[in-house]
Amino acid sequence: MSNNIIVSGSPHVQTEETVSKMMYHVVIALVPALLLSFWVFGISAFVVTVVAVASCLAFEYLIQRFVLKVPTTLNDGSALLTGILLAMNIPAGFPIWMVLIGSLVAIGIAKLSFGGLGSNIFNPALVARVFLLISFPVHMTRWPEAFANRMSLSDATTGATPLGYLKEELREGNVNIQDLMDSLPQYSDMLYGFMGGSIGEISALALLAGGIYLLWKKVITWHIPGAMLGSIIVFSSIMWMVDPSQYADPLFHLITGGIMLGAFYMATDLVTSPMSAKGKIVFGVGIGMLTMIIRYYGAYPEGVSFAIIIMNAFVPLIDKYLKVKRFGV
Amino acid sequence: MLKTFPKGGLHVPDFKLSEKETIINLDLPKTVSIPIAQHIGAPAKVIVDRKDKVKTGQIIATSAGFISANIHSPVTGVVTKVDNVLDASGYKRTAVMVRVEPDVWADGIDTDPALKTEIIFSREEIIEKIKAAGIVGLGGATFPSHVKLMVPEHAKNPELLLINGVECEPYLTADHRLMLEKPDEIIVGVNILKKGLNVKKVAIGIENNKKDAIKVLKKAASAFSDIEIVPLKVKYPQGGEKQLIKAVTRKEVPNGKLPIDVGAVVYNVGTVFAVYEAIQKNKPLIERVVTVTGKSLVKPSNFWVRIGTPIQYLLDAVGGVPEDTGKIINGGPMMGKALKDAAVPVTKGTSGILLIPGDQSKRRETQACIRCSKCVEVCPMGLEPYLLMTLAEKVLYERSKDEDVLNCIECGSCSYICPSSRPLLDYIRLGKSGVNKLMKSQKNVK
Repeated sequence: MSNNIIVSGSPHVQTEETVSKMMYHVVIALVPALLLSFWVFGISAFVVTVVAVASCLAFEYLIQRFVLKVPTTLNDGSALLTGILLAMNIPAGFPIWMVLIGSLVAIGIAKLSFGGLGSNIFNPALVARVFLLISFPVHMTRWPEAFANRMSLSDATTGATPLGYLKEELREGNVNIQDLMDSLPQYSDMLYGFMGGSIGEISALALLAGGIYLLWKKVITWHIPGAMLGSIIVFSSIMWMVDPSQYADPLFHLITGGIMLGAFYMATDLVTSPMSAKGKIVFGVGIGMLTMIIRYYGAYPEGVSFAIIIMNAFVPLIDKYLKVKRFGV
Repeated sequence: MLKTFPKGGLHVPDFKLSEKETIINLDLPKTVSIPIAQHIGAPAKVIVDRKDKVKTGQIIATSAGFISANIHSPVTGVVTKVDNVLDASGYKRTAVMVRVEPDVWADGIDTDPALKTEIIFSREEIIEKIKAAGIVGLGGATFPSHVKLMVPEHAKNPELLLINGVECEPYLTADHRLMLEKPDEIIVGVNILKKGLNVKKVAIGIENNKKDAIKVLKKAASAFSDIEIVPLKVKYPQGGEKQLIKAVTRKEVPNGKLPIDVGAVVYNVGTVFAVYEAIQKNKPLIERVVTVTGKSLVKPSNFWVRIGTPIQYLLDAVGGVPEDTGKIINGGPMMGKALKDAAVPVTKGTSGILLIPGDQSKRRETQACIRCSKCVEVCPMGLEPYLLMTLAEKVLYERSKDEDVLNCIECGSCSYICPSSRPLLDYIRLGKSGVNKLMKSQKNVK
């Protein structure tokens, strides 16, 4: 018996939860939104997703194996998740070769060049999204319309997102939001996701359901989504009450664009968000405020991805100054 | 809403396999080995020699300082040698070996099990008798019990006697069984300590997974309006002294201070029972309850065990060590120490022996930290384990000190919860010892 006896420091038991299980929980949480998107946008959304996932996995393997010469970490599930999130952040019908560039940026630059999982400062999928948005602005804002051309790879029928439409019209001046609303889908349709947008951002309802699953599985805590959504509601409510003819109502802001995707899946990325509850709240509020500032005053109609990346940069500072309260101090 | 401590903590599956098993008197072993360092503080000074005959309960080593404790022979027999032998700490240390003969109790010890409620001794006599009986904290910390009664003059007056019946370590059931089987003795012990401390209020904290013990003690304490049984929400590590005080009184023991600074003195229920025996029966601390448990055992059990009994002897009593055993742990799975050798003896601080099967004895492979912040969430001391580990890895002990690494109570919650299976507590221990060395060297320079 004594040959097999192991001596090590306490504790002698450990949780069943592992990194890959946590990653797969996020993947499961994303499934409803993804399936809904395949239904709304058809085959082109499916192809983009498959290509993004496959290329992220491939780049992770190839770079670790042949460039870095380190053991590959494909089985931790993080590259799979990055691939899905990248696909969710670009429009259906996006050119395949551009998807490949996005994957290379996400895995090669944003993740592995920083030292791999756990060491990256910025959310890899968002770095890739912003890279693509700046490099290929036309393709990144060519939004296929819901339920049109579902069997075609290249979406001929495209239109603006509700946010983009609003921004464009308001820029012209002398318009009232109330009149513009008539040309947009019903709120209920937007809630389900029957509108133009990136593959993964359209259905607020499906994303919220997945978010609740993540809260239940304790992969994320309420602090970041709560603070982010809360600050967006407060900010947009104030603006709306001040001038309802120029500022859309809070519900419109919550269900359009990438806010739900950002609040539950992008901002809560464990690696690139703060450690303490206090820090998470500041981080979430920062993202919410920046998003709304960009939506109201920026050149782009949508600001979630920029807001998250900017706040990612503040995480080390937040971790340094917003610590948990020590016991007995 | 049940009370609990607010910061950190977690739920560990508790596997109280032996909670229904009545405590059995374990037969005497053939030999016992009694270490002289079974408590925090100075090791006791041996006063017997080879070939001396000793009786059960006779003093064999005397307290060697203010913080130290007497040690008594747990058996009758002949001292075979006084030598350095391996004990549960993993080091060779002085122990007295006795060849066991049938029990002959030392003079003055009352072995009649009948309950004796009347307390005839004064406060000073109580302290003196607790000291003489060699009682130390049986919850695991093994701090000499009489010292806690001798409240220094400059300190705050104690207001609350807090009894720890939490037993938050998974698997262990020694305190639970004792509360069920000796509730009246425990309440008499509480009254003795109350007199010894000169306090008016007593609280007994018990986690709500021991509803039967709460009920039994409530009944036993019903005649005393000043003793309150406080059911607590189940949460690890509530048995930690500071966590228990916070849970029951809402008061936080300040950093670097003692419970007495918030007016509380804490005793484990096992210690309280030992106090009862010392004062009412004149019986020194020579035996204790030990849980022998593990999923691979046919019959996890609770035993009354004489101090000095080889742990192997306890394992034999439950049918031997199963073939696939990977770890033998002295204590519970969260804070217990893994043993290399089961020949080492039971000491005053041994609350349980846990066997872990081989396939569950190895930790999963360590992965990179994904900054999930779970370690920060569960730390009951409000520390940042992920940061403390990195600082220790990089040998940055100055910063480790600034980040309060010395406040760590080593409850193991961070290592338990880490999804990357990072050895957080191992590195934190390294950091603590590094900081201690650093502080020592700085002191020497001055």
